[in-house]
Amino acid sequence: MSEAALRIDASGQLCPLPVIELAKRIGEVEIGSLIEVVADDPAAATDFPAWCRMREQEFVGAVPAQNATAYLIRRLR
Amino acid sequence: MLDGARAAVADVVGVRAEEVTFCPSGTTAAHLAVLGSLTARRRVGASYVVSAVEHSCVLAAARRHADDGGQVTTIGVNRTGAVDPEEYAAALRADTALASLQSANHEVGTVQPVDEVGAACRELGVPIHVDAAQSVGRTPLPDTWDLLSASARKWGGPTGVGMLVVRRGVRWRSPWPEDEHEFGRMPGPVPLPLVLAAAAALEARAREQEREATRLSGLVDLIRAELPRRIPDVEVLGDPVRRLPHLVAFSCLYVAGEALQTALDRAGFSVSSGSSCSSSALTPSHVLEAMGVLTHGNVRVSLHGGVADEDVARFLEVLPPIVEDLRRTVGAQGL
Repeated sequence: MSEAALRIDASGQLCPLPVIELAKRIGEVEIGSLIEVVADDPAAATDFPAWCRMREQEFVGAVPAQNATAYLIRRLR
Repeated sequence: MLDGARAAVADVVGVRAEEVTFCPSGTTAAHLAVLGSLTARRRVGASYVVSAVEHSCVLAAARRHADDGGQVTTIGVNRTGAVDPEEYAAALRADTALASLQSANHEVGTVQPVDEVGAACRELGVPIHVDAAQSVGRTPLPDTWDLLSASARKWGGPTGVGMLVVRRGVRWRSPWPEDEHEFGRMPGPVPLPLVLAAAAALEARAREQEREATRLSGLVDLIRAELPRRIPDVEVLGDPVRRLPHLVAFSCLYVAGEALQTALDRAGFSVSSGSSCSSSALTPSHVLEAMGVLTHGNVRVSLHGGVADEDVARFLEVLPPIVEDLRRTVGAQGL
């Protein structure tokens, strides 16, 4: 978890804002680096993996965070 | 008159009149199909197998079964929303009391492999319930099933009539006390005017079924082909071939489903959405979740008989600028 090169707090944001936030900022990290996005919108659980598939990025996984979920995405391109 | 309506409906579905029960809704019919089968086969076992993308009324019956101590096995779907018949068959056991599989999905239109799953059920002697609400009056029905539920509202009939079909020889016991109505399968008197209207609507639908399916399916093909050409980052959902003739769903990246729905409504198009922002519970559609596709920016277009070629052409004209505009509003162009 601690290896995330960028943390985005999207808690309180509804779909599709957390995904937009990730798309806007993924370029800030090096290729191969991890990004952690914290979101509490239930749609995020499906939309982050779907976005990664569409954008050919890697969805690494999701772990519970305080009243929310932390989604891990690796930048591949 | 009731007998006539029953015979007419049975004729369209291809069953015997005495196998048809009229219910107050498609929801009631589905509940009865599931709970009546599980009640009758209690001694065989308490295991119920169901697909993850059934209509919420079937899943509600499954939840009731689980709450009452039964086991529920949920079968996932692939990206197009179809179950894998082999995976489904592998979940069937000697103590499986019932299996449910919809004829086609109500949100993305994908037709399910009911005959393949039904054949696997037959081998083990497990009855299979088909929720055919989307297919009755629109497409040919699968051949291999034991119980069927449908809704008159979905075939152009009135609200307030559902249809349960229990094939002869299938073990089924009403979860309710029995009376003299509907062969003891649905207590209380039948609302005759509604049932007559439902039967007449189905007969009319059946006469035009093939022609109408061909026409609407051509329009759906057009929408499926044109959307990705006209709009960047749109995912057209469901199986492109094994699908209902009249229904198409898609998701637009970076767009809120509710905003899209509102904008389309303003343009004169009434569509549904499986996005969480469009649901009162603020949760995305369980169908889209099970498929693993974008749940935001989701739109479901259901074409009815009155939809003309020009309407679809206009829809394809107005949608791209709406999507572009909504993306601009949230600063999501070119992402």
